Amino acid sequence: MVIRAFTKPASYFVLIAVSLFFLMPVYVMIITSLKPLDEITLDQMWTLPSSLDFSSYGEAFSKLAPNLMNSFYLVIPATLLSALLGAMSGYVLSKWRFRGSEILFTLMLFGMFIPYQSILIPLIQFLREAGLYNSIPGLIFVHVVYGIPITTLMFRNFYVNIPDEMIESAKIDGANFLGVFRHIMIPLSVSGFVVVAIWQFTNIWNEFLFAVTITTADQQPVMVALQNLSGSQIVQWNVQMAGALVAALPTLLVYILLGKYFVRGLLAGSVKG
Amino acid sequence: MEAVRKETAKGEKTSKKSYSSDQWMALAFLLPSFLLIVIFVYGFIGWTGYVSLSNWNSLIPDFSFAGLKNYVYLFSDFRFQADLRNTFFFTILFIGLVILFGLSLAILLDQKLKGESIFRNIFFFPMALSFVVTGVVWQWLLNPSTGINLFLNTFGITPKWYTDTTILAGFQWGQIEFGLPAALIAVGIAAVWQMTGFSLAMYIAGLRAIPDETREAARMDGASEFQIYRQIILPQLRPITVSVIIIMAHISLKIFDLIYSMTGPGANFVTDVPGVYMFETTFRGNYYANGAAIAMIMLISVAVFMVPYLLNNRKGEA
Repeated sequence: MVIRAFTKPASYFVLIAVSLFFLMPVYVMIITSLKPLDEITLDQMWTLPSSLDFSSYGEAFSKLAPNLMNSFYLVIPATLLSALLGAMSGYVLSKWRFRGSEILFTLMLFGMFIPYQSILIPLIQFLREAGLYNSIPGLIFVHVVYGIPITTLMFRNFYVNIPDEMIESAKIDGANFLGVFRHIMIPLSVSGFVVVAIWQFTNIWNEFLFAVTITTADQQPVMVALQNLSGSQIVQWNVQMAGALVAALPTLLVYILLGKYFVRGLLAGSVKG
Repeated sequence: MEAVRKETAKGEKTSKKSYSSDQWMALAFLLPSFLLIVIFVYGFIGWTGYVSLSNWNSLIPDFSFAGLKNYVYLFSDFRFQADLRNTFFFTILFIGLVILFGLSLAILLDQKLKGESIFRNIFFFPMALSFVVTGVVWQWLLNPSTGINLFLNTFGITPKWYTDTTILAGFQWGQIEFGLPAALIAVGIAAVWQMTGFSLAMYIAGLRAIPDETREAARMDGASEFQIYRQIILPQLRPITVSVIIIMAHISLKIFDLIYSMTGPGANFVTDVPGVYMFETTFRGNYYANGAAIAMIMLISVAVFMVPYLLNNRKGEA
């Protein structure tokens, strides 16, 4: 008991110290982005701004706005389409298993762990041939295809928990394959859709390798534009930090509002079955 | 599913037709995804493997057979040797710290403290960020002339972070100095900041799955809190640790965006990794066959971890 009385304050001390470490980048990002240009000297990094100056947000936003729109045009259709494909294949692989379907599922799963560098050269050749290179539709297509393994896994694991008896009794009532999907599986998997959508939204928004290799200049999503912004030496730190915050805001908001679902998606990606 | 099949078998005549049309529908549902994976994952991997054995090292595709030339070149290349060393040390550092932090924080949070959910959210939120955002922010925080060094300077410590070119405990090996490049510690800090939340989430889920009765029973038997963790809880968390190691290893082996946005290859390639090399040599230098060979080596290194894990995981159910 003596030990317990001692460990609680010690635990709080450690947790608070680690929390400060985790929040430190956020603090620096926010205060830097709110400083006027002449206060961005290296030795004043940690001090609060003398007055709030939002001009760096104006500059960051004007530089990133077209790319932010690109990201939205990319993420929304790609998320919806990959969720739909995942729901369809997850339904078959959980409730309409056949001989070899488990092997097939494992083969599909492997696609989620490959380094995408190993498909990138043929992928770009293919996109050029198909006229999709350097376009948002091309990037949507890529994210839908390589999103299939994770969305299939999530929906399959979700559907496995829906009792077979429900499907049987629906069939006795005359429901066929599509009827079961529409009237039982989809209504029961609304929260599954939320988990998958949040996961795909966050991942596609944050993705960089496909974005930087498949698109150039005005077709680029926001993460590539942010990287370009920080790569150019002329741009000031306050604008960079404002840019980083603006680029991170959509996924941060999703996390703040729907964090529970985000964490569920995270766990679903690693704990199979 | 067995039961359903027996059911349909009984009603033979009436249900035969609907059963098979359902099967056609099932095929139609699965086939698009399946074909896309076959072509865009397996077909393209095969195609990359083919390119890696070709002479295509300029803008104009040249598929003449080069044998293992590109692989031989890479393994004797200073930059690629440095990449292998960096990946090796970065992976160990990264996995070790993510597990250490994740597990310790999970155990601390397991005491049912007040404000537990606030702490959890603070540790989780970096995972919602892009590696690019993390790279941009930490590039500034660990800039040797500013950032964290403003604090450390007062204690007389001035680490050079990602600009440091020293190799810790290094010795000559092939073309390179083998050892831990000090600059990788800076990248490791940023990566651990971002990914600790993952192992924490996994361990929290694991701890919750252990019933309270297990601990109570051990306490009744006179076990100390330390013994309970050491002898009962930690062994039960083993499968979680395995999952965390595998998932973190595959992230580390294919890491690209964090390093590309935070440091780039670095002086003497102290922070270079195969992902960055592949990108630059293929898409900036047009050495497609070399790039393809790097990609295949990356794939094999991931597959060595991933394939046994997946097979093992799948065997567990059925």
